[in-house]
This record gives sequence, C-alpha cells and structure tokens, in this order.
Amino acid sequence: MSLLSIEKLSLKIGNLSVLKDVDLSIAPGEVMGLVGESGSGKSMTALAIMQLTPTSARIKGRIAFNGIDILGATEQQMCALRGDDIGMVFQEPMTALNPVKTIGEQVAEGIRWHTRASRAEAEDRARKILDRVGLPDQKFPLTRYPHELSGGQRQRVAIAIACALKPKLLIADEPTTALDVVLQAQILDLLRELVAENRMSLLFISHDLAVVTEMADRITILRQGSVTETGETARTLSDANHPYTRQLALASMHVPARAAPHIDASGPDLLLDVANVTRDYPGRRKSLFSKPETVRAVDDVSLTMRPGASVALVGRSGCGKSTLARMILALDKPTSGTIKFRGLDITRATDDELRRPRRNMQVVFQDPYGSFDPRHTVERLIAEPLHLLDRKPDRKERRDMVVRALHEVGLNRSDLDKYPHEFSGGQRQRLSIARAIITRPKLVVADEPVSALDVSIRAQILDLFAALNHRLGIAYLFITHDLTVARAITDDVLVMHEGRIVERGKTTEVLANPSTKATQALVSAAPDLHRAIARKLQEQG
Amino acid sequence: MTAYLLKRLLIGAATLVVASVVVFLVLEVVPGDPARLMLGMNASDAQVELLREQMGLNQPLVWRYLDWARGLLQLDFGKSYTYSVPVADLIKERLVVSLPLAVIALALSTLIAIPVGLFAAARRGKASDTAAMAAAQIGVAMPNFWFALLLVYVFAVWLRLVPAGGFPGWSAGIWPALKALILPAVALALPQAAILSRVTRAALIEVLGEDYIRTARAKGMPMRAVLWRHALRNAMIPVLTIMGLQFAFLLAGTIIIENVFYLPGLGRLVFQAITQRDLIVVESVVMLLVAIVVLVNLVVDLSYALVDPRLRTRQ
Amino acid sequence: MSDAAQHKPETLNDVVWRALANRSFVIGLLITLAVAAMALVSFFWTPFDVTRLVVADRMQPPSSTHWFGTDHFGRDVLSMIMLGSRNSIAVALVAVGIGMGIGVPLGCWAAARGGWIDEALMRLNDLVFAFPALLSAVMITAVFGPGAINAIIAIGIFNIPVFARVARAGALAIWPREYILAARAAGKGPARITVEHILPNIANLLLVQGTIQFALGILAEAGLSYVGLGAQPPMPSWGRMLFDAQTVMVVAPWLALFPGCAILLTVLGLNLLGDGISDIFDPRARRRP
Repeated sequence: MSLLSIEKLSLKIGNLSVLKDVDLSIAPGEVMGLVGESGSGKSMTALAIMQLTPTSARIKGRIAFNGIDILGATEQQMCALRGDDIGMVFQEPMTALNPVKTIGEQVAEGIRWHTRASRAEAEDRARKILDRVGLPDQKFPLTRYPHELSGGQRQRVAIAIACALKPKLLIADEPTTALDVVLQAQILDLLRELVAENRMSLLFISHDLAVVTEMADRITILRQGSVTETGETARTLSDANHPYTRQLALASMHVPARAAPHIDASGPDLLLDVANVTRDYPGRRKSLFSKPETVRAVDDVSLTMRPGASVALVGRSGCGKSTLARMILALDKPTSGTIKFRGLDITRATDDELRRPRRNMQVVFQDPYGSFDPRHTVERLIAEPLHLLDRKPDRKERRDMVVRALHEVGLNRSDLDKYPHEFSGGQRQRLSIARAIITRPKLVVADEPVSALDVSIRAQILDLFAALNHRLGIAYLFITHDLTVARAITDDVLVMHEGRIVERGKTTEVLANPSTKATQALVSAAPDLHRAIARKLQEQG
Repeated sequence: MTAYLLKRLLIGAATLVVASVVVFLVLEVVPGDPARLMLGMNASDAQVELLREQMGLNQPLVWRYLDWARGLLQLDFGKSYTYSVPVADLIKERLVVSLPLAVIALALSTLIAIPVGLFAAARRGKASDTAAMAAAQIGVAMPNFWFALLLVYVFAVWLRLVPAGGFPGWSAGIWPALKALILPAVALALPQAAILSRVTRAALIEVLGEDYIRTARAKGMPMRAVLWRHALRNAMIPVLTIMGLQFAFLLAGTIIIENVFYLPGLGRLVFQAITQRDLIVVESVVMLLVAIVVLVNLVVDLSYALVDPRLRTRQ
Repeated sequence: MSDAAQHKPETLNDVVWRALANRSFVIGLLITLAVAAMALVSFFWTPFDVTRLVVADRMQPPSSTHWFGTDHFGRDVLSMIMLGSRNSIAVALVAVGIGMGIGVPLGCWAAARGGWIDEALMRLNDLVFAFPALLSAVMITAVFGPGAINAIIAIGIFNIPVFARVARAGALAIWPREYILAARAAGKGPARITVEHILPNIANLLLVQGTIQFALGILAEAGLSYVGLGAQPPMPSWGRMLFDAQTVMVVAPWLALFPGCAILLTVLGLNLLGDGISDIFDPRARRRP
C-alpha cells in the first residue's frame, strides 16, 4: 500500500492549466524523484500535497496520504499533518528562515506546537536534531540567528525543522539548486542518511536529472503539467523509451561538436596576460575605531590566454572567480598586479584608452532576466556596445549590424522592436550573446552563462558558443561551477580556490586526474548522469 | 552592537551641531536690531548701544555663536527680548502642555493603528479590509486642523461634552486638564493613525509573502499563529520608522492645533514670539524640537537593533 | 522555477487596460482632473466676482444662487474655493518641482558615486529631516515674511531630501543589476547610465512619490495659510478661509465645511492616484497569475 497516492490531480490558476491529470504514488520508505523543466508544475504538485497552494488555485482530483483525503481535509487537520507527518524543505535557504528568530526557536517551535512539549524538552530535542544534521551545539548553539550561518548551514537548519518530528513523508523542492556542487553533495548525503535512518519516504524534486538519479528509487517525469513517464529510475533513464525522456537524458549529457577556430594562434602575441593580480575588499569593522580587516577575494593570480582559446575558470561559489572576471573586464580595479589585454595594461588605462580594449572584450551574464533593461527594445539593447566604435554608425548601419548579430545567434529581423520580456530564457541568452558579439570582440567572458537554463536549452546555447568560436575566432573565458559545461566546451581549465588558482592544464586531463584537494572535491561532488545510472544499475545487480 | 550605537550617537551629535549653526545663521540674517526692539522706538542711540554691549551683540559672529551654543548645552537659552525672563522658563511653562499632548496623540495613534493594520492584513481583500482602508484613505487626506474644527463643532458646540478651547493648567487637577487635551489629541492622532495603519498593513502583507512564512506554515502552524509569531516582528521596522517620524510631526503639528484650541503650548509661544520678533525664543524652541527629533531617532535606531538581530552584529 | 516561460508580451494597450481596471487610479484621476479643471476654469470664470464685497449678502447659507453660501463679506464661497484651488495647486506643484529638480539628481549622484559623497549627502538629508518640516516652514516664513512664494520655498526645501532618498534607494536597487554591468562593459559612464537606464526604471517610483508630496504640499500650504503665513489676502486660499470661518463657526458652519472638503477631496484624489500608479507598475502585482 502506498503512503501517498495522487490520482488525476489537476490544478488551474485563472485560465492557466498548471497540472493536468497528474498521477503519482510513493510507497513507505521510498524515494520518488520528480523531474521536469521549469514551469512543468513540480513545485505546484508539492504545494498541493501540503495544501499550501495560492488561494487563487482551483484543484481537482484526489490526494490520499496515509489514508487521509488531503483535498477534503479541513485547515485544522492539515495543520496537524504539516510539520508532523509531512515535512518540507524549500529551494532558497537564504530566505527560508525567519531572520529575527534564533535557529533554536525555529526548530523547537514545530516540536512544541505538535507535541505540546515543554520549552526545555523541545529545546533538548531541537539540539539533538541540529546535531544530527551537522550543526553540533558546541559550535552552533540554539541562540544563533540565521544571518550568522552560511547558505549550506541554513539549509541544514531547514532540514532539521522539516525532520524534527520524523515525518512519514519528506518533500524536498530543489533543496540544493541554490548551493554549489560541494555543498550540494553534502546536503544530498545528509538527506539520504536521514531518509534511511527514519524510514521516511522522500519526494525529491529537481530539474537536474543526474542529481535525481543519484537520489531516487523511482522517478516521475513531468512536462507542461502532465506526467510523461514514471518508473524505476535507472531502467527508465537507460531504456529511455519515451521520446521526452530520451531528449532530456541526451540534453543533460550533450557535448557540442567543436572545430578549431579559423585563426592563427601560434604567434607570440598573448590575448590576455594577467600577472600577480590581487584584490582586497574592506571587511567588517571590529569596532568603530579599529581599521576594518581586509578580505582578500583574489590572491596573486596569474594567467594567460591565446587568441581563439576556450578556457574554463571553475571553482566553488565565493572562490573569487567572478571578482577576477570583473577585473579582466575592467569593471573593477585590482589592488595590485597588472592585466594586459592585447599588450595594453588596462588596470592603468584611462576611460578613453579603455574604449579599444572594451570593444574587443564583451561579457555574457548568468541571469537572462536581469541582463537587459526591461524598458529598452532589442535593437537598442543589442546596439549598446556600438557606443564604443570610433565612428558612430548611422541609423541604417546600426540596424544592419544588429540584424547581422541577431542572425548569428539564430534570431531574426522581426525581433528588433520587441522588448526583453517577450522572449523565453533561452532566447534571452541568445540576445545576450548577440550583444556581446556585435563589436566583433576577440574575447568574451561568460559568467555562468547556462546555469539558469533548462537542460534542453542549455545544450542549444552551448552549441551556439562552440559555433561562434569556430566561425568568428572568439576566445572564451567561461566562469562556471558546473564541470559538465567546462568539459563540454573548453580546452584549458583553471581551478580557483579561496582566491588562488590551485590547478591548471588541459580540461580533460585535469578533470580526469585532479591533483589538488580542491579540484578533487569539485570533481567527486559533480553530479554525472552516466555515472549515476551506472551506479544505480550496479546496485540493483 | 556598541559600534552601531556609537555611530548613531555620533551622527546625532553632529546633526545637532550643524542644526544649531543653521538655526543661528538663519536668524542672524533677519533684519531688525533686537536691542532696539527691546527698548522701543523712543530709546536713544546711546541707550541702544549700551544694551547691545550688555547683550553681547557687538561681538564677532563666531563668538556670539559659541556663547549661544554653550548656553544651549547648559539649558540656558538666554533672556526673552520681550518678556525679559529666561527663555528656559518660558519653554518649561509651555512644554508641560505640548509634550503631554504629543505623547497622548502618539499613544492614541499607535493603539488604533496597529490593531487596524493587523486586522486588515489578516483579512486582505475582504470587505472589512476594503472598508478599513477606505476609512484610512480619508483619514490620511484630512487636514488635522480642519478635523479639529469639526470636532469642536460636534463635541464642544453641539454636544457640549468638552470645552471648546483653553487650558486650565495642571494645577486645576488632572481631569480638567486632560479633558482640555482630549479633542486636540484626537485631532492630531486620527490622521496619523490612518497613515500608520496603512503602513502596518502594507508591511505585514509584504512580510507574509516571504519564504520563511511558508516555512512556518509548513511546520503546521495556523495562519493566525504565523501572523503573530513570525510576521508581526518582521513588519515592525517600517512601523517603527514611521512612528519616529510621526513623533516629530506631532510635536510640530501641535503648533497649528494649539491655535485651534487656544492652548498655551510651544506653538502659541512660537507665534507670539514671531509677531513680536522675539527671535531668541524662536531659536530656542526650534533647537529644542530638533534635539527631541534627534533623540527620538536615536531611540528608533536602538529599537531597530532590538527587533532585528542582524543590526546587532553588522557595522 | 527560475525560467517560467509564461511572460506574455505586454503592449501599451495592456497597461491602459490595467490602469482602467484599477479602482484607485480611476477615482483618483477623476478627482484630480476635476480639481485641475476647476482651477483652470477660475482663470476665465467664477460664479461671482469675489473682489466685490456685497454686505447685504453676508453669511448666506447655501442656496440655489450661492451653492456653498457666502462669507462675512458677502463673497460667494464656491467662487473663493475655485480661486483658492489655483493657489493650492501652484504652491504644491512648484514645491514638488523644487524637490524633484534638486532631490532626484542628488539622489542619483549619491547612488552612482557611493563612498563618502553618498555618506555626506545622506547625512545632509538626515539633517534636514531633523527639522520638523512644519516648524521650519513656520520659521522660514516668519523670517522672510509671510506669502505664497516663501511658503513654496519652505515646503520645497523639505521635499528635496524626500526625493533624494527615494531616487537613491531606487537607483541603488538598479545599479547591481547585470544590465548596468553590461552597459559599463559597453563603456558607458555613470552619468550616461543614469540617464539611459536608471531614471527610466525609477520613474514610476518618483511619480508615486510626486503625487504623495503633492498631496502633502497641499496640506502644508493649507496649514501655513491657516496660521496666516501662506498666501495673503485678498488672494483667497483654502487655509485662510478656514481660519476666517473659525470665529463664526457657531452661526455659519458651512464656511468651515466646504473649504475643508475641498482640501480633503484634493488630497484624497492625489493619494488614490498615487496608490493606483504604484499598483499598476508593481512588478510583483504583474507577476502574480
């Protein structure tokens, strides 16, 4: 008999059909993976189980949990279930905890509410569960506030809240998406252990096929609100009978076909030469009169790039890779060291002298929503770097240049007068690339350019990057924490850890045989679909 | 925490110093010789000159400022030009009317606004919320002195429940004195309560959309408990900010309201001083109110730190 | 769900439609337009000539000839309210203009430069905030003499820090966005970025604050002229009318009722308009399905 069974669940918000006849069941002690691209209705399914959907949502169908009809339950009955029999962990650890209450209060609160335990008893239990999730009382007393913890630690608190009363079902909605790969691996391990210890069922929701494969006994694949396939994890993915499952699996493992750029890179000239660059930031003041201690974001980094090269800069979040990128783009000045771009030291150049290097290096950002001014048309947005040309093009020339850039990224003339919100995430990333290449730069710095995209779109954008490298001879510096991306599209890799470059070399070699601890941690933590499927199949014999 | 407080204190002190310079200079440019004003038009030039010397008016500007500022620190504001009594005494006499009035008004406003804001936020979108917020909209738009006139007309002229104006003094007993302050306090408080209730409601609704509210609900707590235990404290910061601003506004607002009710408070004192060009009184009252505002802001900053643990460790 | 592909294209038509569906906006706009129309009409026509004092008609209650009655000089109250609206609107509008004209550039500058300039400007702001606005307006008009011009300046000065704060807060929220970084990578300087990207994106915030300050300006002007520091007779003003009404309120309550209602309605209209605008442009309201 299953613990949770969902039958023909449909959910509408206004005229928008979010879920259509979703069926899903979880047996006691089972881990069910719910996979789908953004907007497929994964989160809404989870909220429906908790009866925490927005008030405007209209729900049909049946959800039975442990014999209780959830959709027919009163709010009072649901309150008794939530946090006691069903626990939930959300995606964003930075905002999931109340900033004005201590972690002790927040963990003990649910315990007291459901068990009517005394304050001391509840705090005692809170201390135990926090210790279990890796926050021992000696280092993390109950009186800590959320802002005194890191993102990974906060997610542990959120897990402690959800698991405090050993629920029968734990729902984890993208619990590691906001964390870097190393933290992700730690949190996944913790979840696995807790599930096994307490014989909980787990509904694990993620967009990342590799992560779900590592976690789940069975998976359900959701697409545009409907279940396309459901079944035992390894079998479903290795057989890939359903075309959408196959498409997802292929896109997750996609490696673009790459050809060498049409450019002679054998000469002695370096495109980029970063020498002994250090960047300090003023840190927190200990008191009003003492000097603030400095935080060293980038520490004595040197690197070089040849024309047409494709280099990955990988590292955990906060390792200083984005700060380094900003200095290379002359958006920030190093505390010491020099950065030469095509022979010119850009750290000492005036704004006027920077015009030429700026024209030759452009940037693509991670967030396809935040990287465009919502009030400008596509033509104006893409033409922005033309500001750097010595001779201002007239209206017609400008339009022609924008159209050419749009063609190069697979968009067309009819998009000129649209606004950014009229495009999907993938199309926006194409716009972002069009803007970066309009001045025919020699270097494009791409800061996590595909990590906000769904897998199928990510594959297309990687292809586009590869094609432009080949066709236009643009060199890339890819900043990423995702080793799949680094493997797919770069020749050389630099591994950054705590502000320093700790390892460098050919991408394939370094990632196959990492020699430093930092790189090893990254490589072993990185989810990999191939490996995950192989391991699952092996476990099952 | 101490660094945060120390910084706030220093900023407050600096504000006071700069404010005193500004006030001093503004009144310095006013035409008219206070000595001649005090002695009347018939005084001889020699007499005026003698008084100028006595009052220190012939000293250089900086010297006079320092002298005045030193007096302020010792609560010695100098002597009124027209009444020839220490300004401090005049102010003390009037402050016992204005300060209670402002405090009562603030208390009234808070006591009305926070429950209304909570009620409206909890019932967001329902008819009772719409009605409460429509009433608040009207309250915000109401000029308080006009509201005061209406109150006088209804409660004093028509129903004869309270006096229409004047102040019997605290020596006449607490009750008669309070009775004279009820209408002015209500007139001051209601428009402020309207603003505060809107702020409270908006802050609560903002907070109710946060992720941690969902976390709390996922723990199994009913909406009402979530509102009290999680939302209210987080919504306090904007509410406290507005309350701080309102205290300043209420103190200044008494200037006009006192005119409606013929109350012998600071406002009336300022107006009399202005018409009689008794600038030292004007100067002193302005400085006093600025000091109170700075003090209130300091208290508000302190209470932020009490409400929000993040401020205790940052900066 | 980071990439919800349900962003529908939004045309100008949609914005207009959303505006017309917003109750606050429509009511606020109607009231504001009515008051503005009243002020405009008063330039050409009022029901009666208020410069002529008709003693025989003094203190008439509202009637079909004098809709809002007459005052102690026999002047038609409706005509005076129409003329008074000119004064109120002019004072508040210019004061908002002063506040925006100085405050917004200062706020944008502080946000763009950061560091000690930002700190200094904000401390200066705090300084102005430390002066209770009304009290200082009283001080200024007292020192420089009562009158509409000084009232405008006094109210205007206290609008500067308000707009500086709103502009700075809005600009600070925009500066870290990636499209600003992209513009910097395209070699654009702070001034150009402020004009091209920051200002258009904080315009709605400023518009909302503008309506609020406009409403507060009308209240402040009424307060000042009530205590005799605003527009001077014979120029009619709403606050002055209330002051004159106070002494005769027992026998002629309509004299106090109508000017007060005029202030209330005008301020209410502006506040509703501001609420409406902020609802219409609130991106969160739009994102919600």
